[in-house]
Amino acid sequence: MSGEEKPKRGWLGGLFGKPEPASSAVLEAEPPAPSDDTPPEPVAYDVDEGMAGAAPKLSWFQRLKSGLAKTSTQLTRGITDVFTKRKLDASTLEDLEDLLIQADLGIETAHKIAARLKAERYEKSISPEDVRAVLASEIAKVLEPVAKPLLVDPAHKPHVVLMVGVNGTGKTTTIGKLAERYRKDGLKVMLAAGDTFRAAAIDQLKIWAARTGADIIARDVGSEAASLAFDAMTQAKADGCDLLLIDTAGRLQNKDGLMQELEKIVRVIKKVDPAAPHDVLLTLDATTGQNALNQVEVFKARAGVTGLVMTKLDGTARGGILVAIAAKYGLPVHAIGVGEGADDLQAFDAAEFGRAIAGE
Amino acid sequence: MFESLSDRLSSVFTRLTGRGALSEADVNDAMREVRRALLEADVALDVVRSFTDKVRAKAVGQAVLKSVTPGQLVVKIVHDELVTMLGSDAQPIDLNAAAPVAILMVGLQGSGKTTTSAKIGKRLTDRDRKKVLLASLDTRRPAAQEQLRVLGEQTGVATLPIVPGEGPTQIASRAMMAARLGGYDVVILDTAGRTHIDEELMAETATIRDLTNPHETLLVADALTGQDAVNLAKSFNEKVGITGIVLTRVDGDGRGGAALSMRAVTGKPIKLIGTGEKWDALEDFYPDRIAGRILGMGDVVSLVDKAMQTIDATKATAIAEKMRKGVFDLEDMAEQLAQMERMGGMGAVMGMMPGMGKAKDQMAAAGFSEKSLKRQKAIIQSMTPQERRNPKVLDGKRKRRIAAGSGTDAAEINKLLKMHRQMADMMKMMSQKKGMFGKMMGGMMGAPGGAGGMPGEAEMARMQSELAQLDPKALEQLSPELRDLVASATPTPGKGAQAQLQLPKGLPGLGGGGRLPGLPGLGGMKLPGLPGLPGFGGKKK
Ligand SMILES: Nc1nc2c(ncn2[C@@H]2O[C@H](COP(=O)(O)OP(=O)(O)O)[C@@H](O)[C@H]2O)c(=O)[nH]1
Ligand SMILES: [Mg+2]
Repeated sequence: MSGEEKPKRGWLGGLFGKPEPASSAVLEAEPPAPSDDTPPEPVAYDVDEGMAGAAPKLSWFQRLKSGLAKTSTQLTRGITDVFTKRKLDASTLEDLEDLLIQADLGIETAHKIAARLKAERYEKSISPEDVRAVLASEIAKVLEPVAKPLLVDPAHKPHVVLMVGVNGTGKTTTIGKLAERYRKDGLKVMLAAGDTFRAAAIDQLKIWAARTGADIIARDVGSEAASLAFDAMTQAKADGCDLLLIDTAGRLQNKDGLMQELEKIVRVIKKVDPAAPHDVLLTLDATTGQNALNQVEVFKARAGVTGLVMTKLDGTARGGILVAIAAKYGLPVHAIGVGEGADDLQAFDAAEFGRAIAGE
Repeated sequence: MFESLSDRLSSVFTRLTGRGALSEADVNDAMREVRRALLEADVALDVVRSFTDKVRAKAVGQAVLKSVTPGQLVVKIVHDELVTMLGSDAQPIDLNAAAPVAILMVGLQGSGKTTTSAKIGKRLTDRDRKKVLLASLDTRRPAAQEQLRVLGEQTGVATLPIVPGEGPTQIASRAMMAARLGGYDVVILDTAGRTHIDEELMAETATIRDLTNPHETLLVADALTGQDAVNLAKSFNEKVGITGIVLTRVDGDGRGGAALSMRAVTGKPIKLIGTGEKWDALEDFYPDRIAGRILGMGDVVSLVDKAMQTIDATKATAIAEKMRKGVFDLEDMAEQLAQMERMGGMGAVMGMMPGMGKAKDQMAAAGFSEKSLKRQKAIIQSMTPQERRNPKVLDGKRKRRIAAGSGTDAAEINKLLKMHRQMADMMKMMSQKKGMFGKMMGGMMGAPGGAGGMPGEAEMARMQSELAQLDPKALEQLSPELRDLVASATPTPGKGAQAQLQLPKGLPGLGGGGRLPGLPGLGGMKLPGLPGLPGFGGKKK
């Protein structure tokens, strides 16, 4: 991975926590040195497959637009169709509400946003462009308070991030992306292969470790996740790691036994460092509908989720449920996933997200 | 969390006191609630629109008969229409083609293709005695090929050896070749997840399709999918051409509206559903079950099925026998707690019952949880057989011993004893009213008589008439939902056939008859604390 050229996206920089901003340029110039203690195991797969993004990197929003332009799905049709009239009347508002529902905001939230629009512009003449802008900014207002970067505190050695979520939502991939990000910042990163359940989940994380030059701690399939977390904590501490990213097996939030297992992992981590995990990140798949609210509620209650990462925003799903989640739980949204490559993690930008939902 | 549609509709129709036909205005009000319910269940907006239009057309002018409330009538129309739209019969995977029959698995990232491939492979191997080859074409996600290899090992299904460096189309050709040479009946091709707007990858899928000429192309999609379900299903269908849909994570607590969306935009059947991480957690799709769930009315049929599979018939017969005599000791109670556990615990059971969403919260609030279930079991286990048979002997000293043995305290033991007393009373009451309840329990509990442990058709009819004469006091003890359901299952005099809720098919042992929603579950499981049963549920705040 280290040899691949990647255009830098400077605007992202400040949005993530950067404990040592000065060092990053220097470190990026040379490939990150793999750790000596736990050399990444050689794997039989072409680690770079699937990441061969030769195309120039676009921001999520740019990609979104070009992606939508190519597809037959008519998502952006909405507002322009709606606004053949020039006045914001009741039926137009209803149509706008529908548009928000189609972006997964849910009825309640869609209604609230439309109501705000109504309060401001009802029966006033307004151009389609204006409606879009106002709609986008109303959504952004809800999201702004939660758009917060992940802050890795250099004082914690290590800063511990526990990754949790439903199966297939992107936990492991997000860990890989975060590892890439912080390795580039020159941090010593360790990954813990806590998904000891799913077949080849450990191999998957090993490949990410190799790609990003992070250390990895892994046990055999079927071993206890909590005890692996304990070992990882001790090891990362002993090795003087800056950042420990702990992967977990995917679980549906309504499986009590599996949620108990997660509680145990958190308890065990605290045995080594009572302040850890410093971040418990929940990955939410943008394709998920109203159930994402339950996911947040239960994972927050059981695993103490402190922040969210929304993945798969490179599809056509708008992830509007995030608006409802922000309004209800106020949990920080640290980043968004926009693809499968190591670089496909971007800062969460409330205004951009609002524009994407409003089809601006 | 969610109100069930029937709750909502009953509030819409409370104003409506007179009987007669449903007016357009009534129906319009009702459709607003239907729309809401469907949207909350993640049915795509366009699909909701066409659906409510259809239902509206059918509902206006419908005669409301004495035996059903307008709300129930609308629920019936909605439910039936949902079932029709979801496709009336379970459609199995079609293998009717020259071997090796290729099955192509497609879908978004993380939708569950690999796990589903392995599950289907195992099912075809075990049930259909097919020789199956699994091949992973996923060269994108790290270790995806390795994952399928391991799953093949675990399920005992052959996998195509991995050749590093090969691309998806090369693997596809090699898989077909290997299948031909190896005399395989079926080749399951697991592909990499892809977003449906990724032109390049969608084209790649089309190439693979042309190379392998699959007899089935299954779109694997997450039951938790939101509004995007229509877009993705439409794209996959247009660009690759699918023959069916597999819905995964149906064991989650999502409402599954995506099923309706995808079915509606593609016209393709939902062939299978994934209901867990175990290999056998793959089931045929029954539209009425998902319909009930989308409407927030629980999954009674599944519950009954599950109960039948997990309840130990001999033990159950013994309990049923005792119950008929009005005897119900702690031994029996322990057995019931254990049965509940086998069915996937409180949460699973409650989640499947109609209207139980709220009850679940109440029970949680009352401190009744999986954990307390475990503790209650521990308490009973710490008793001597004599104590279990005759809890009256439990004095302070004995209770202290039991508390120590089970890691609980006296208060908890008393709570359990109280619950047991109430349950025993309830049993007695029911056994006095021999007949329907008794039989139902007998049937559910595996007592001899009904086919497969379930009451036969004639018996069913008898039960229904007994139900009609049931003591109103007993009915009052049931939750509103269950009361409604009892009412709806009650035979209607005269030309009631039209208005009577048509009971969905699919319950084994019931023949062409119907089911009594809610009741078999209630009777059979005797969940402690179900609203209506004395115990926790009664303590409504
Ligand atoms: N398109 C896209 N795919 C993603 C994204 N994040 C993860 N994935 C894919 O989703 C699938 C599941 O991801 P994985 O990290 O294994 O999920 P986990 O089960 O939560 O660990 C994999 O195929 C990933 O490549 C994203 O942001 N965009
Ligand atoms: Mg994972």
